[in-house]
Amino acid sequence: MKSFFKENKVAILLLVGAAALIFVGLFRSQTSAVLSKAVRICMECVGLG
Amino acid sequence: MDEKKLEQNQKDPGKKKTGRSGSRRLVIQSIAALIQNANLKGFFTGKIYTGTTKKVCVPGLNCYSCPGAVGACPIGSLQNFLGGLKFRFPYYVLGLLIFFGALLGRVVCGFLCPFGLLQDLLFMIPFYKKNRFKVDRFLRYLKYAVLLVLVIILPLCIPLTPTYCKYLCPSGTTAGLFLSFANSSLRRRLGKLFAWKAVVLGIVVVSSLIVYRPFCKYLCPLGAFYGFFNRFAIFRMHFDAEKCVHCQACVKACKMNVDPTKHPNSMECIRCGDCVRACPQSALEQGFGKGHSGKTKKEMSQNHTAEL
Ligand code: SF4
Ligand code: SF4
Ligand code: SF4
Repeated sequence: MKSFFKENKVAILLLVGAAALIFVGLFRSQTSAVLSKAVRICMECVGLG
Repeated sequence: MDEKKLEQNQKDPGKKKTGRSGSRRLVIQSIAALIQNANLKGFFTGKIYTGTTKKVCVPGLNCYSCPGAVGACPIGSLQNFLGGLKFRFPYYVLGLLIFFGALLGRVVCGFLCPFGLLQDLLFMIPFYKKNRFKVDRFLRYLKYAVLLVLVIILPLCIPLTPTYCKYLCPSGTTAGLFLSFANSSLRRRLGKLFAWKAVVLGIVVVSSLIVYRPFCKYLCPLGAFYGFFNRFAIFRMHFDAEKCVHCQACVKACKMNVDPTKHPNSMECIRCGDCVRACPQSALEQGFGKGHSGKTKKEMSQNHTAEL
């Protein structure tokens, strides 16, 4: 177990950092911004605008 | 290494031990694509899904305007934050991207991305194959430029313009095709921009018949991003130099043209596992928590020279 942490310390630090970023994003309601973009057809994506 | 022999081997990727596990990967890829595009009704109605699961970004390249999509595209969402009228740091999207990267690296490319699956299927079609050529090495850098310029810099400079989505993304064009098949009002609005994007998609499709995963190798900003994590991700490849007999079977099996004996955690490796299955000595293994390469590149070459 100890060696797993040692071998993967960078990944674990990144995962913790990523979780922190996700929580800050959730706290700032960024999921709503993602949702509101994703539920409307993106004209640029499909090549219309 | 004889380029012709490598080419020949890659034309027949099902040879040796790669067959059954290779098709297991195909099954996993298909299930992943289906889950991410579970709104099958949308392909007939020409309407996109509007449920709350779209709050979550999927790990691979899957346009949120695809009628089947039940999640959000991470690259589209990232540009949406960077290119808003008021700058917002993309905490949530970046957090998710780093999370997928740190856990899986480019396993996302090998197993979870629907656009990767599409290219895999196209390469299976019998056609003229040329997977190794000189400029390949240089073209690989393009995807980093796409990530930096089209996904980050230009959306930051030109508000409300997701440049990568608008001018390049073939996943978006595929979504546009599906939508316009089923939705006549959208079909009538197709113009010059769509024509341009259709040309890009056409080039990607035709070149995928000849070269293995050209979009992943040369253009995809998401693959470029995940590539940075391959070395550190929990999922890694381990190479045991003691077991290796230098037969090059792994190098011949790799359609991404990686040498896993030198770079088992190369940024270009999509973790397909073909090399692992091809190795007669079981010198390569990959999985969660696997150690780093048994020996460094320098140690390897010293060993090799000593043997010679
Ligand atoms: S490189 Fe891009 S398109 Fe290719 S499999 Fe990875 S995320 Fe998907
Ligand atoms: S190095 Fe191995 S796992 Fe990586 S892309 Fe090549 S064959 Fe697939
Ligand atoms: S790692 Fe395995 S397949 Fe690759 S050269 Fe060594 S023995 Fe051959």
